[in-house]
Amino acid sequence: MAYEHTADAHHHDEHDHHGPAHGWRRWVFATNHKDIGSMYLIFACVMFFVGGLMAMIIRAELFQPGLQLVEPQFFNSMTTMHALVMIFGAVMPAWTGLANWMIPMQVGAPDMALPRLNNFSFWILPFAFTLLLSTLFVPGGAPAGGWTLYPPLSLQTGDGFPMAIFAIHLMGASSILGSINVVVTIMNMRAPGVGLLNMPLFCWSWLITAYLLIATMPVLAGAVTMLLTDHFFATSFFSASGGGDPVMFQHIFWFFGHPEVYILILPAFGIISEIVPAFSRKPLFGYDAMVYATAAIAFLSFIVWAHHMFTVGMPLAGQLFFTLSTMMISIPTGVKVFNWTATMWKGSLSFETPMLFALAFLFLFTIGGFSGLMLAVVPADFQYHDTYFVVAHFHYVLVPGAVFAIMAGTYFWLPKWTGNMYDEKLGKLHFWLSAIFVNVLFFPQHFLGLAGMPRRIPDYSTQFADWNMVSSLGAFGFGLSQLLFPYIIWKCVKGGQKATDKVWEGTKGLEWELSSPPPYHSWTEPPSREIVARGVQH
Amino acid sequence: MSFQMKNRPARRGFQAAAISLFATLATAAHANWGGLNMPEGVSILSKKIYGLHMLIMWICVILAVVVFGAMIYSMVKFRKSQGAVADTTIVHSTKVEIVWTVIPILILVGMAVPIARTLIEIEDMGDVDVNIKVTGYQWKWEYEYLGENVSFFSTLKRDSDAARQVGSGIDPESVPNYLLDVDNVLVIPAGQKVRFLLTAQDVIHAWWVPAFGMKKDAIPGYVNEIWVQVEADKTGVYRGQCAELCGRDHGFMPIVVEVKSPADYDAWLRAKQAEQKLADVAPGTPAPVASAAAANVTQQ
Repeated sequence: MAYEHTADAHHHDEHDHHGPAHGWRRWVFATNHKDIGSMYLIFACVMFFVGGLMAMIIRAELFQPGLQLVEPQFFNSMTTMHALVMIFGAVMPAWTGLANWMIPMQVGAPDMALPRLNNFSFWILPFAFTLLLSTLFVPGGAPAGGWTLYPPLSLQTGDGFPMAIFAIHLMGASSILGSINVVVTIMNMRAPGVGLLNMPLFCWSWLITAYLLIATMPVLAGAVTMLLTDHFFATSFFSASGGGDPVMFQHIFWFFGHPEVYILILPAFGIISEIVPAFSRKPLFGYDAMVYATAAIAFLSFIVWAHHMFTVGMPLAGQLFFTLSTMMISIPTGVKVFNWTATMWKGSLSFETPMLFALAFLFLFTIGGFSGLMLAVVPADFQYHDTYFVVAHFHYVLVPGAVFAIMAGTYFWLPKWTGNMYDEKLGKLHFWLSAIFVNVLFFPQHFLGLAGMPRRIPDYSTQFADWNMVSSLGAFGFGLSQLLFPYIIWKCVKGGQKATDKVWEGTKGLEWELSSPPPYHSWTEPPSREIVARGVQH
Repeated sequence: MSFQMKNRPARRGFQAAAISLFATLATAAHANWGGLNMPEGVSILSKKIYGLHMLIMWICVILAVVVFGAMIYSMVKFRKSQGAVADTTIVHSTKVEIVWTVIPILILVGMAVPIARTLIEIEDMGDVDVNIKVTGYQWKWEYEYLGENVSFFSTLKRDSDAARQVGSGIDPESVPNYLLDVDNVLVIPAGQKVRFLLTAQDVIHAWWVPAFGMKKDAIPGYVNEIWVQVEADKTGVYRGQCAELCGRDHGFMPIVVEVKSPADYDAWLRAKQAEQKLADVAPGTPAPVASAAAANVTQQ
């Protein structure tokens, strides 16, 4: 296997003779799933703060009416880049990082199936984001037409335009390669006894996510390539004056964009499905239903895209179809929320930091789900569309949804990764500050949207002043609280109370059968039948 | 919160966060509390849309009470610190799972009926009294009263435009209707069905007056339709904004509609026709010609 070629034998731990290489070679030539996973997670964390800084600029400008800090064009660049950086730079790499760390350990494999591909798919990312972020310094500035890149507006971007398009191509390539690796690993590297219907739900949700990525990233690549040729090669795919159709771009974009929404959230469902049972000391309720619900959500995500564009002027039948298919998503999603609740029912709950983040996820993601249900009602969407109500909705599902799940997963597995317990007091402090400020930040945005404030505006009429100020204060509080997160991780990596192999009382799964920290190559021999029987879900 | 916090720093952090929460709420104490919900609006459709909004919102509130109630109950009742012992036999129940799949399906089917009914009404463009073509430009609106020989541009009012410049030093609070005022107001009659035909010259815009309940995109190469019938007694001024990101000054192309009684509307229209005829014979003069030239510049 590939990992055997990498290392010159160092005696780093008692399990394995293949230790990591020294110095920069360990990272640049990395083929180890843990090293690559760590690089993904560090990259995601850096991008989380870069995107967060942009959010702080946005909220600082919106702190009060009038333009105090930035020009409108730069403000638009900030909203556009904030979205691209957070989606493609923070959340998606964080999921791939967690997949790298956990999937081989969870399925009983020594490493990811394709280690060199793994290296490549990570190292594309720093180049992609250097390219994307350097658009801030070229004539015409960074893209400012929204992350959705709708033409004709996106075609007005300056010299940064082709750079942003190529950056998106690179990110897409990285995601596809990472997804192929996940699929191959889960399909081929499961230890004997680890079946598809008893592997951890994190693996299941990632398997489905990987298929979504492989299916939709080429669609995005196609859409942005057509933008590129419209701009430079005189095609008119999206230009009405040349016989093209600007609305067609939106259809293509959202055919990628809606599955993308589930790419961002399905792995979160997987993590929550691991954490809630662990801290309820009770098996997950309805494992099969959870798998089928995840698959159903993934399927439905391909036939709801036009609900992002109800206001473009669709035929009545189209509006009815997309409103009904969208509302149908709430059925499998509801099944998931009910199953998590039933998992806690008659359990024995304790509230360590991972569980606190998971519980906040349950409440706040569900609020985002409710506002999503409201947005599915087409006539009402004619009012909600492109207002702060939508901003509140997708931030509820992405911040206390996806981001809280990433944090929950990090606190959950950090002792396993490092062999040390993190500082529980600081973890709880981080949780409470995050959970309170995230609501101060985003809940008032529902009011602003309903009262009529459009999104993506740098300045607003004075009737919106009060709630914008509250929201901005929440944003500053939330942003500052996040500085705790890397500090807690750093502290944990440096040392702390030693973690047991099982780490938490209620954990179940093959990763908990390994030592803490685990050997450099996870399962050099497939786990025995007894270990597998102990570790599998049911 | 029902969580038990044994350690002091966490509690201190919780208190600090709670204090700042109350501080921010206190900041909002003089907030416009009427601005918490969607306005009911003044048109036939806006009231129906508001009704649907309230219906789905109450459904969500009831579901939230049930789901969050069960979660909070579990968090309070089944705590390890209170000696709860997990019942590890509860892993599956076909009966319960069918129940909580079927109930949401019934709710959705129930919602589908009023949604479809309202949509059919929204799409009914028959029996129109007044037709107005709305064209979006970066960053202004053009209104054309079809068949009436009246058309004009509508842009952000000067005082707002001066105040909104970075470092203008002008307090937005001192500007009446800051960012929501225009030079030329769109006028429509109350109690009549007005159809808006929406299109754009450069990029995609969206025409939205919240009080009318509807927004729709104005797209180059497309003509979209919406209709508005303001209730006969709801004359007055209603304000809105462009709702689709359209570039640098997207936030600065407001919409102001004055709803007049049909008699006042006719008088206004006749005066406007006379004014525009004058403008046609004397090309050097006022607004329409100058702004049309400006529009041509933005087109290029």
